[in-house]
Amino acid sequence: MAAKTQKVQKTNLLLEFFYRMTKSFSSKLGLILLLLIVLLCLVGPFFSPYEINGVDLLNMYSGPSKAHLLGCDAMGRDMLTRLMYGGRYSLALGVCASLFGALVGVVIGSVGGYFGGITETIIMRLMDVWSALPGILLCILVSSAMGSGFFATVIALTVGGVPGTVRMIRGQILSERTKEYIEAAQSINCSSFMIMFKHLLPNVIQPIIVTTTMGIGSTMIMAASLSYIGLGIQPPNPEWGAMLSDGRSYIRVYPHMILVPGIIIALTVFAINLLGDGVRDALDPKLRD
Amino acid sequence: MFRYVIKRLLMMLLILWCAGLVIFTLTYFTPGDVASLLLGKEATVDVIAQKRAYLGLDQSYLVQLGHYMVNTFIKFDFGESWVFSSPVITELIIRLPRTLIIGLTAMVLNVVIGTLLGIFAGTHEGKWQDSLVMIIAMVFVSAPDFFVALLLILLFALKLQWVPAFGIDSWTCYILPIIACSLGGIAINARQARSSMLEVIRADFVTTARSKGQREKVIVRKHMLPNAMMPIITGVGGGLATVIAGSPVIESVFSIPGIGAYLLAGVNQHDYPVVRACVIFFALFASLAVLIMDLCYAFLDPRIKAQYSKGKKVK
Repeated sequence: MAAKTQKVQKTNLLLEFFYRMTKSFSSKLGLILLLLIVLLCLVGPFFSPYEINGVDLLNMYSGPSKAHLLGCDAMGRDMLTRLMYGGRYSLALGVCASLFGALVGVVIGSVGGYFGGITETIIMRLMDVWSALPGILLCILVSSAMGSGFFATVIALTVGGVPGTVRMIRGQILSERTKEYIEAAQSINCSSFMIMFKHLLPNVIQPIIVTTTMGIGSTMIMAASLSYIGLGIQPPNPEWGAMLSDGRSYIRVYPHMILVPGIIIALTVFAINLLGDGVRDALDPKLRD
Repeated sequence: MFRYVIKRLLMMLLILWCAGLVIFTLTYFTPGDVASLLLGKEATVDVIAQKRAYLGLDQSYLVQLGHYMVNTFIKFDFGESWVFSSPVITELIIRLPRTLIIGLTAMVLNVVIGTLLGIFAGTHEGKWQDSLVMIIAMVFVSAPDFFVALLLILLFALKLQWVPAFGIDSWTCYILPIIACSLGGIAINARQARSSMLEVIRADFVTTARSKGQREKVIVRKHMLPNAMMPIITGVGGGLATVIAGSPVIESVFSIPGIGAYLLAGVNQHDYPVVRACVIFFALFASLAVLIMDLCYAFLDPRIKAQYSKGKKVK
């Protein structure tokens, strides 16, 4: 009986979350935009008559036309096809790096916050050192040291965000760990691992969900910056930042080559940020502007 | 207060030392043989071996690390560039002002314009002015700064030809980089200022001030602003560090020979003394900025100041 009521309440919470999130116009807009872009990137390349790296020397630099909706780049490759295919890299980089960063941060932060004492001191001092170098700089350095693969880039993008998550979750746990339910769990001989991740985590995870959602956008910008300066995903793979970088030599004569990828990056991050604001408002009415 | 500053300075030294350790290790374990990369494909094995010995690359990791740490943190010698054989420190000093001009000006613009916009939006909550400012802020939070920079070049340098697109020949060259650097930060600060304004707008002390008949302008300036400013001031140190650390990207867009461009060139040419020196500089700058801002914060907020004086009395 008890389990049953609990279950019913849980579904309600989730529904309530979606209801609250989609209540405002801006987050609805963000959600629809993002879904459209994701859909386009996932199924778009299958419907395109052009190959991703198919060179067409007759159409070099050609602007938008009926055959090439968004024009062609310096090698006559169709921009729309490359955009849709490259979106997979950009979106996957943003999502993977944010989630991975949150995961690492939550584990380290929970250990530090829960055990306290010397463990906590060591972890927090380590985080001080870690965050002495700003995120984008660490990202550049790690990316250049690890090379240019997808996973190397994910790691590079993750590195900068970890200390922030650790600090946040540890701060949350500090106020939570003296509460009675933790003492109750300890008194029935619950293992530290179970207490940390089953009892504490659900109570402190909310702000992490909000910052992770918001973080996807800034991570995507960082990924694009990395490819722009020649690190990260390498040509001929069509990552959005790399496409921008390709186009910058022709800015004077063929501006469509930077406008198209730039606008799509901005649009995607815009949608994610709108959605992030919605998630924040839905999860924590106190934080609402 | 004094003890706190000393403690923070010692902590800063330790952090710099660790940053040196980390960056040395990162560059040491970067794949690829530096000597053969520097000499090109046609170099013979003997020449490469000589070069390795000359650069001290044939020694073990610990010996090299020891040399590096002693040279950098005790003798303050950052070494010579492997590619150009010139002392890194002179190059850093020449390039420093260019990066600082852009970073500091952009930061001042961020705080001043961002806060003003945020206050404007916050005091017009729910009206069209508020929505307009917030939509514009959202657009600039979302657009990557190098893309904004390219758009600025396209419009003001190539189409209108008001300012040069790149280089550092005259002061007009700095206008576009500064704008490109600050737009994102202005947007972030405006959002922050607005939400902290909205937090205090319904506070009891504001209602009190209003009920005693205080003028609206005075309420905003004297009662709301000092409380709403705190989160923004806290962010200034970190924000400045981020703006300076973002200089590799902006400087590569505008071809400005600053420290960021130097770092990037070092990374691309495997010129590790340059990379290491630039990273130490960035770490030093970031920790100094955060330290100074923390001190200002303690000085500005009477509640924190009171904590310090209380601490003294107890001791």
